[in-house]
Amino acid sequence: MSRGVRLALFGVAGAGFAAVLVIGMTGLPDFGSYHGVYGQIIDGIGVTVRHGTDLITALNFDIRGFDTLGEEFILFASVLGIVLILRQLGGERHQPHQEESDEHHFAGASEALRALALALIPSVIAVGVYIVVHGQITPGGGFQGGVILAAAPLAMFIAGRYMRMRVIAPHLVIELGDVIGAAGYALVGLSGLVFVGIFFKNSLPLGIPGHLLSGGQMDVASVFVGLEVSGAFLVAWTHFLDQALLIRSGKQS
Amino acid sequence: MSFLPFAVAAWLFVAGLYGVISSDNLVRTIVSLTVVQSSTYVLLLGVGYVKGGKAAIFADIPQVSSAVDPVVQVLVLTDIVIEATVTGLLLALAVQAHKRFGSLDPNDLRALRD
Amino acid sequence: MTVLQVAVLVAVAVGGGAVVVAPNALRQALVLGIYGLALTMLFFVFQDPDVALSEIVVSTVGLPVMVLLALRKVHHQEGEREEDSS
Repeated sequence: MSRGVRLALFGVAGAGFAAVLVIGMTGLPDFGSYHGVYGQIIDGIGVTVRHGTDLITALNFDIRGFDTLGEEFILFASVLGIVLILRQLGGERHQPHQEESDEHHFAGASEALRALALALIPSVIAVGVYIVVHGQITPGGGFQGGVILAAAPLAMFIAGRYMRMRVIAPHLVIELGDVIGAAGYALVGLSGLVFVGIFFKNSLPLGIPGHLLSGGQMDVASVFVGLEVSGAFLVAWTHFLDQALLIRSGKQS
Repeated sequence: MSFLPFAVAAWLFVAGLYGVISSDNLVRTIVSLTVVQSSTYVLLLGVGYVKGGKAAIFADIPQVSSAVDPVVQVLVLTDIVIEATVTGLLLALAVQAHKRFGSLDPNDLRALRD
Repeated sequence: MTVLQVAVLVAVAVGGGAVVVAPNALRQALVLGIYGLALTMLFFVFQDPDVALSEIVVSTVGLPVMVLLALRKVHHQEGEREEDSS
């Protein structure tokens, strides 16, 4: 089908669809006048029953922990898909382009940029860990902190040293991080089943709201999710980096 | 005026669809798809907002203050991170399609048609 | 609705349109990052710091890295094809 025909068809269908969408959305409650009972109950009793002051994390890792388990395995499965699709195929060779891999640098990248990128790594790790472990008190948690943690080794690539990034974050380690995180989160759910009899019911002491070790299983779940998310992003990125910088078509020369 | 967030959500959905359909490049299609997906974030958070409500984090506000709905926020939160890896999977497929067919134009993917 | 919310909603609507009409895939990846920042501000004014935090890292680091690397790989493959055919 040519592009013109496609666009003409979309013009008709899209206009009709937009009209239906707008008519449907006028039936929604007015912006700002929400009266959902579930959310209001959580807002009212969340801190009292869960001892975590950030109710979004409380919902994520405790009250709706089972839902997050499903989401987590979507993440795991899609990363597994990336690993499978971007593997080194027969008829491809692994050839580091000298100027690109060990000492590759971007046009215009100065020594100052490199130094800054390397100096950023520890602070990025500190921010990531802070956000992961304080998820139940302030905004944050495993999903956000995990992506930040994954960005730390990436700074090595920004600094122009991808081969070094492979040394500080080897494939095996990041894949293990991904797997341990996914399995650990499922085990948090199972611990509820074993100790309290209900899957994903909190079985740990709740602590005092606002303290670092409060909220029971939230902190543990947050750490495992952080591990999985950072592992997942690093696995995905390194496979794209391998494809872009190292793997070439043609037999080993 | 109170309809604006929902109108923006509808606009993002349709604009993203236009990008998907008009695209002659698989990477463009995938990036446009993320715009379609972001329309659901605007819709969900628009539904959950409470006028004058604060964020559902009671670290430094009294527990009786009115807060926005945390349930929709959780849905959006997990989805944003997962969407990124699913997009990565689609990009991997596009790279592989280019390896196989030598083109990113969906019209050139002949083997899919026969 | 506050003025801030209206302004950010308009910015998001414009940003989404800009991503779709960007002239090529490379520009699109960059515009996508800016659109992500607009969405981050939207989540912030909708009283949603958790989601804003998630969006800001994914849209400024997570997604663009993958899009840009995919484009680079495609670029390399095109170069290799030309070498093969010549």
